[in-house]
Amino acid sequence: MITFKNVSKRYPDGYVALNNVDLEVAAGEMVFLTGHSGAGKSTLLKLIAAIERPTSGMIAINEQNIAQLKLSALPYLRRKIGFIFQDHKLLFDRNVYENVLLPLQISHFDNKMIASRVRAALDKVGLLKKEKAMPITLSGGERQRLCIARAVVHRPSILIADEPTGNLDVEYARDIMAMFTSFNQVGVTVLIATHDASLLEDTRHRILSLKQGKLAA
Amino acid sequence: MISAWLTQHGFVFFHTLKRLIASPVTSLLSISVMGIALSLPTGVYVLMQNLQNLSGQAIHAPQMSLFLRTDMQSADVQQVEQRLERDVRILGHQFVSKETALQQLQQRSGFANVATSLERNPLPDAFILHLQNEGAESMRQLQAELQGWPEIEYVQFDSVWIERLDALLKLGRFSVLLLATILSIAIIAIMFNTIRLQILTKRDEIEISKLIGATDSFIRRPFLYFGAIQGLAGGATAWMIIAYALSAVNLELVELSNLYGIQLQMQFLILEDGISLLIFSTLLGWLGARLSVANHLWQIEPR
Repeated sequence: MITFKNVSKRYPDGYVALNNVDLEVAAGEMVFLTGHSGAGKSTLLKLIAAIERPTSGMIAINEQNIAQLKLSALPYLRRKIGFIFQDHKLLFDRNVYENVLLPLQISHFDNKMIASRVRAALDKVGLLKKEKAMPITLSGGERQRLCIARAVVHRPSILIADEPTGNLDVEYARDIMAMFTSFNQVGVTVLIATHDASLLEDTRHRILSLKQGKLAA
Repeated sequence: MISAWLTQHGFVFFHTLKRLIASPVTSLLSISVMGIALSLPTGVYVLMQNLQNLSGQAIHAPQMSLFLRTDMQSADVQQVEQRLERDVRILGHQFVSKETALQQLQQRSGFANVATSLERNPLPDAFILHLQNEGAESMRQLQAELQGWPEIEYVQFDSVWIERLDALLKLGRFSVLLLATILSIAIIAIMFNTIRLQILTKRDEIEISKLIGATDSFIRRPFLYFGAIQGLAGGATAWMIIAYALSAVNLELVELSNLYGIQLQMQFLILEDGISLLIFSTLLGWLGARLSVANHLWQIEPR
């Protein structure tokens, strides 16, 4: 599903974020990515969605080498992925419903299905009653859930979350983790980057640990 | 798939309209700037059309006067008449005998005394020819030809004013073209800048859309609609400005017409030209937006 071979990423300022990373994530797997901040977690996730391009190495998603993907093909890769951003990246001039609507508009979904899809996604994250609210009025946890609803509304096969429980209470964090587990149970490949060790205590999923740009065994 | 596509475009269209209405002052300002810019060449064009209409009535049936030599007999006159009848360039002719000409002269006030005091009729027989309008050049050629006939003393044809009018109309057409070109470039530039500012304020939206898989054409679409709708509104404004100006002029012309006892009315922009104006202005707005988007969108790459 997701394959990294000898992937390195060096930024123009000389900083090496990833150094010869080899990685294999099977379809339907749920994987955690840990490490200190600056260990390269975000970079690794961004490489999967081709938000960043590797300096060297090969990255394949569904056996498609994305390191050499043309700019015009990027949108179609990104539609297969639901990305939950560390900084949420919500549109503050649109309400909750319209924020979740955006991915469906982008991938030209049929109008009749759109409303029910959006509401189903909002229901899953418990924001159905707030569909008319503007993001600015939402709490941190609600914004995080809104971001999740937007990431899953178009039913991607890969779900990527960058620090999804960043500033949340333990209670909220567990809720959100439960959501990811339920997505994974219906077959979605889930990749979660977190530095929150408490989340990983009783997990039965694979944990990858990044240290200074290298994957530790 | 087609219905999804239509929904998509419908959504963008109404979304764009909403955005235009949401900032009415800015929208009205840029629409009226475009309207005024477009109304200049269109206005000159309408004036030209009117001038052409007016002169067309005169040019439509150009006349030429043929004066025979005074020593010609009626047999010669008949021969000339037959030859005139055979010429296809001459639609019709009217014979004015020297007697008729003298009578007409006598009837004209002020000349009565002069005419009666003459010992003999000094006036020649004449033909008035009604010609087909084939431009000043061919008419001058006909004039030269007729001048060559032995029976004919003098051919009078005032081609100078037709040529002047032709030249004037040509100049007019040229200035319409020149004005239209310059102001079109101005409109494209205005739209270019308007869209540039919009792209800057929509930076987040563009970045996020790219991150979740929007194609360039999806991102471009609202800006292109914005340009096209503003262009269309600008064209409609120009049409309105001209219609309003012409009806104001017509109101003044009524007074003038009454004084001179003639019918003088400015014709409005005809429907076909009006629609062309709208299509053209829509295209201009679209083009300005398209250039701006092409220039600025690639700078926004998500990180």
